[in-house]
Amino acid sequence: MSALLTELMVPFGYDYMLKAMWVSALVGAVCAFLSAYLMLKGWSLMGDALGHSIVPGVAAAYIIGAPFAVGAFFAGILASLGMTFVKQHSRLREDAIIGLVFTTLFALGLLMASLWPSSVSIQTIVLGNILAISDGDATQVAIIAAVSFAIMVFIWKDLMVTFFDETHAKSIGVNAGLLKIVFFTLLSACTVAALQTVGACLVIAMVVTPGATAYLLTDRFGRLVVIAIALGAGTSFVGAYISFFVDGATGGVIVTLQTVLFLLAFYFAPKHGVLAARRKRLAVTEAAA
Amino acid sequence: MSLLDLFARDEARVRKTSIAVRDLSVTYSNGFTAVRDASFELGAGTICALVGVNGSGKSTIFKAIMGFVKPSAGEVRLCGLPVDEAVAEGIVAYVPQSEDVDWNFPVLVESVVMMGRYGHMNFLRVPSRTDRRKVDEALERVGMTEYRNRQIGELSGGQKKRVFLARALAQEGRIILLDEPFTGIDVTTEAAIIDLLRELRADGHLMLVSTHNLGTVPDYCDQVVLIDRTVLAAGPTEEVFTQENLERTFGGVLRNFELGGQALHEDDDARTLNVLTDDERPLVFYDGKPRQRKGTDDKE
Repeated sequence: MSALLTELMVPFGYDYMLKAMWVSALVGAVCAFLSAYLMLKGWSLMGDALGHSIVPGVAAAYIIGAPFAVGAFFAGILASLGMTFVKQHSRLREDAIIGLVFTTLFALGLLMASLWPSSVSIQTIVLGNILAISDGDATQVAIIAAVSFAIMVFIWKDLMVTFFDETHAKSIGVNAGLLKIVFFTLLSACTVAALQTVGACLVIAMVVTPGATAYLLTDRFGRLVVIAIALGAGTSFVGAYISFFVDGATGGVIVTLQTVLFLLAFYFAPKHGVLAARRKRLAVTEAAA
Repeated sequence: MSLLDLFARDEARVRKTSIAVRDLSVTYSNGFTAVRDASFELGAGTICALVGVNGSGKSTIFKAIMGFVKPSAGEVRLCGLPVDEAVAEGIVAYVPQSEDVDWNFPVLVESVVMMGRYGHMNFLRVPSRTDRRKVDEALERVGMTEYRNRQIGELSGGQKKRVFLARALAQEGRIILLDEPFTGIDVTTEAAIIDLLRELRADGHLMLVSTHNLGTVPDYCDQVVLIDRTVLAAGPTEEVFTQENLERTFGGVLRNFELGGQALHEDDDARTLNVLTDDERPLVFYDGKPRQRKGTDDKE
């Protein structure tokens, strides 16, 4: 028994594991915070587009030895400029434009990574590599996530009113336009942070799944936010921990955990789950009979 | 700010509830002039219908009153204050059109009403005891107390309207703008909402109702503003809400069925019946006078 316990405690004995678990949890928490809002507006795929678009920036930053956040920032600006430009000069619909621009940038990023394999690894960018993250990168991720989380704590209610009823928000003096800009800035920043933990392909899960799961569990927005954060932070921490034993990609483990919890909520949620709906239907049929 | 300015502000606060739109023109950045030289004035204890076809400038006038668009000429004053100051004081409350609300939003009835209090709270929006009391009172007022812990999508059409009216009450907005309040609501529910609006009028609220539901306007509106890119006519319902004015407002959109007395019944009653409709609830004139349904609180 105690041998097993010792075995289970092993990850906590390594600095790199502690770093990976805590940084993952922080990133998971703030991404989940944002997910509570993102999925309400039908903007979920925006997280995916952002996650892929910043790849060339991150690759370029590694090649020239600059902080990855700076590269991601410029790539993000390039992506939004590109989308605006195509939108103004064509009749294409928004989804086509987003699809076009983000895949182009993603391809560019992969190309850069394959041309300079010594300074940037494709695997790191696509799958993340939190277990081998450098101290400098870990600090950047931690600062981005912590600052974003702090800002969200201050604006979460105003953001809720804005997303629920923008006209009312403005009529009580909330600066709805500014809030939305802040929200998308934070989303971009957190996408950059999540790139380090789960990689470009799975960023979308971090900014959608916790919110979607919480949505099935409560009708109160405040609780939804708390549940989402708990799910995001918990799965990220535990995911990093488990990846030590299974020797698998951390991102894959984290997102698998989130999906398992989503499925549990999907079936067993007390009010909005599949089983609850079936019970309700049965009750109605019985009452009618 | 000088002491005089402060006095002026304090005076404005006790000033009577009013909307004054003077020579208002709004031109959007794409060069489109949605409203030109519009003028009307409304006072406390009023329900006013804002009537016009789609695209006649109803929503532009709403936006100008809430300060979302800047007048290119003229001005709007609310309770004697410029729009920005009035909005900052929370004077204007807005009841949205049902189709503009995401009814799946994970929010409870009481939380929606609490949103009306946000303007009175500090920037962290932590409700005080007063805020909670105002929410309780507002819910009680509209008869929604027992539904306070329901998710908003679980309510009926009329209950949903009541919740947003409660939010306006909690906000303590003396001016309430209602956007198409009766779309998709059955007649019984409509009557109940109208009763509630009448009560609020008795309390001194000023309500501006955008609608193309012509048939009910004479039932509850004491004032009417008819618009078609400008104000065609404004004033007491009995003077303004005439067949002639409505035909001017709606142009070809409006259909008019005229039935002579003899076509209706074979007696001496020679009254003429006109049915005006723009495919919402029709408006019926007997000899040029609108038919009026009595509210439950009216003395017969």
